[in-house]
Amino acid sequence: MSVDWLQILDAEGNVEEDLEPKLDNGMLEKFYRTMVLTRLFDDKALKLQRQGRMLTYGSSLGQEASVIGSAYAMNPDDWFFPSFREHGAQIARGIPLKLLYTYWMGHEDANLSLPYRNFPVAIPVSTQIPHAVGAAWAAKILKQNIASVVYFGDGATSEGDFHEGLNFAGVFKTPTVFICQNNQYAISMPRERQTASKTLAQKALAYGFEGVQVDGNDVLAVYSATKAALDKARAGGGPAMIECFTYRMSAHTTSDDPTKYRQMAEVEEWKKKDPIKRFQIYLSKKGIWSQDYENNLTKELTEQVEKAVEEAESFKPDVENMFRYVYAEMPPHLREQKDELLAYVSKKMGR
Amino acid sequence: MAKFNMVQALNLALREEMERDPTVLVMGEDVGVDGGVFRVTEGLLNKFGSERVIDTPLAESGIVGTAIGMAVSGLKPVAEIQFEGFSYLTIDQLAAHASRIRYRSRGTYHCPLVMRSPYGGGVKALEHHSEAVATFFIHIPGLKVVIPSSPYDAKGLLISAIRDPDPVIFFEPKRLYRAFREEVPEGEYTVPLGEGKKLTEGDDITLISWGSMARVCLEALQQVKDVSVELIDLRTLSPMDERIIIESIKKTGRAAVVHEEPRTLGPGAEVVARINEKAFLYLEAPVKRLTGYDVPVPLPKLEDYYLPDAERVADAIKEVMAF
Repeated sequence: MSVDWLQILDAEGNVEEDLEPKLDNGMLEKFYRTMVLTRLFDDKALKLQRQGRMLTYGSSLGQEASVIGSAYAMNPDDWFFPSFREHGAQIARGIPLKLLYTYWMGHEDANLSLPYRNFPVAIPVSTQIPHAVGAAWAAKILKQNIASVVYFGDGATSEGDFHEGLNFAGVFKTPTVFICQNNQYAISMPRERQTASKTLAQKALAYGFEGVQVDGNDVLAVYSATKAALDKARAGGGPAMIECFTYRMSAHTTSDDPTKYRQMAEVEEWKKKDPIKRFQIYLSKKGIWSQDYENNLTKELTEQVEKAVEEAESFKPDVENMFRYVYAEMPPHLREQKDELLAYVSKKMGR
Repeated sequence: MAKFNMVQALNLALREEMERDPTVLVMGEDVGVDGGVFRVTEGLLNKFGSERVIDTPLAESGIVGTAIGMAVSGLKPVAEIQFEGFSYLTIDQLAAHASRIRYRSRGTYHCPLVMRSPYGGGVKALEHHSEAVATFFIHIPGLKVVIPSSPYDAKGLLISAIRDPDPVIFFEPKRLYRAFREEVPEGEYTVPLGEGKKLTEGDDITLISWGSMARVCLEALQQVKDVSVELIDLRTLSPMDERIIIESIKKTGRAAVVHEEPRTLGPGAEVVARINEKAFLYLEAPVKRLTGYDVPVPLPKLEDYYLPDAERVADAIKEVMAF
C-alpha cells in the first residue's frame, strides 16, 4: 500500500518548478509573514507561560508551514476545526492575536469574538474530527458550496473518533479535508509506536478516499495539496486526508520535558529542515526577501505581538458568564447558583 | 380523536416536525429502511428521503459527533442510539462537546441536537438492553434530560426537545412503547421541558417518579386506597422541576422517590437533597428512596427482583406513612 509524496521546496530552498503553485508575490509574502508572526507569537507565549502569565501552552515551533500553508488554502467561508497547536492557522484565518493570547491566558470569553465558521480549539484528542464531518455533511445537505478542514496530530489517528469520523466521511462523501499534523510525537510516544501502518495517509485508503503525504515543512507543498483537496471536495469529489510530515521542534507543552524521550541529535537534524529558513531562500531568489526586509518585518511583527499581549492582559472576566452560556435560557437552579456566587463575590469585594 | 401508543406518538412528532421544519433530520442505526428496531421512525424514509432519514454506520460516537457538526451548522439532527446500553459511547462527545459548545464559544455556536434512545427495563431483554442510565447525562451541565411516561407527553415533549436550542437527551421507556394507548392530537402541541406534572392530587404523601416507574406508581395507588397520594411525574430530569416537588411537600410533609436507576447518586439523591434544602422543616418523615439496586441490571430471570413493582411502591408508601 503506498500513497503519493509531495515536496515542492526542498530543505535547501530549491523549487520543483513543474509543481510550483502560481502565487503572486503578495500571497507569498503573506505566507512568510504569518509564519514569522506565528513563531514570534509562540516565543512570546512560552516566555509568558514561564512567568506565570499564561496557561500550559503547546508550541507550534517547526510546524509553521504545515498549519499556515493549509489554512491559506481554505476559503474564508470554509469550516475550520482546529486542535490545540494550530495557532498559525488561526492567525491565517484572521483571528486577532489578542484573542488567542486572551484564550491561552484562561478566558473562554476570547471565543465570543471568533469569526464565523472558526471553531474554538479542541483539547481532547481527535474528538473534533466527527464535528468537521458533520459540518461538511450539513453544507452538502444545505447545498452550500463550502468544505470543512479539521486538524489533528499523529496520536489522534489511534483514537476511535478518527476512525468513526473518516468512515462517515467516506460513506457519505462529505466535503471534508483531514489535515494530520504528523509531528512524530504524541507527547513522548514516537510515531512508529502509534501505529504499524507505514504512513498515516494510507489509512484514508481504507475508508475509500485519497490520502497523500506532503513535506509538512514545505509551505508550497502543503498549500498545493490542501488547495487541490478542497477544490475537489467542494466539487463533490468527497473527502481527502493530508498527512503533513513535520516535526515538533519544541516540547509537547510547557509542562513537558522532551529530553526524557528523544535525542538532541534528532532535533538538530530537523533544524536543517526548518520551514521558515527554506522559504526565506525561495523568497530571496525571487527578490522579495533581504536582511533589511527581515529586520523591518521582525520589528513590525514584534510590536504587534507586544500590543496584543498588553490588550489580552487587560481583559477582565465577567463572573456571570460562568452561568450565562450554559443554556440559551438560564434554568432556575443555575439562577440560584449564580446568585449564591454573586453574593459571595460582593461580600468579598466589600471587605 | 385518535388513540396512539407511545411509538406511534413519537413517530407522529418526528413526522410533523420534519414537515414543519426542513432542517430537522433523523439519523442512526437502522432508522431508515428498517424504520428503527422499535419502529419509531417507520415510514419516515419514504416520506422524507435518505438525505433526511439517514441510516448511519454502526458507531455511536460517530453518530453524535457528526450530529454536533450538523447542529452547529444550522441543522436539527435527531440522532437515535439504538439501546441505552450503548449510549455510554456517546458520553465523550456529549460531555466534552455538545454540552459545552455554547459555553466554550460564549454563544457564538449552539448545539440544538436531540439524542433519542430507548431506556430502562421490564421487557425481558439481553444484557445492556434494560438499563436506566439517566444519571450519567443529568450530571453533565449543558444537557437537558427528558423521559416521558405517556404517549401524549411523548409527542409534546419530543417536539419541545427538537425545538430547544440546546442538546436534549430524550429517553423513551421501552416498557411503555406499546403498553397503552391514549388520545394524542394530530397537529401541533407542545409539552414544555423542565415542568413536572401531577398525575394525581393528594394530601398525605408526595410520590415522585418518571418514565415507566410513574406508571408503576399509579398502579400501586390501587393498593393504598386509604392514603391520599400526590403523584408527580417529573418528565424532565434536567433541569428538574423543583418547584412542583417543594410545593407538594409543603402540603403533604412526606415523600418517596421511585426510580429504576441504581440508588447511589441516582436522581433520587438529588430530589432528596433539594427537599432537605428547601422543605426540611415541613417533613414529618425521612424521604424514602425506592430504586434499582447498586448492582448491574440483571438478566430477565432476576430482573423482577431488581425493578420496583407496584407492591413495593405500596409498601414504601405505607412505611413513610407509618413513621
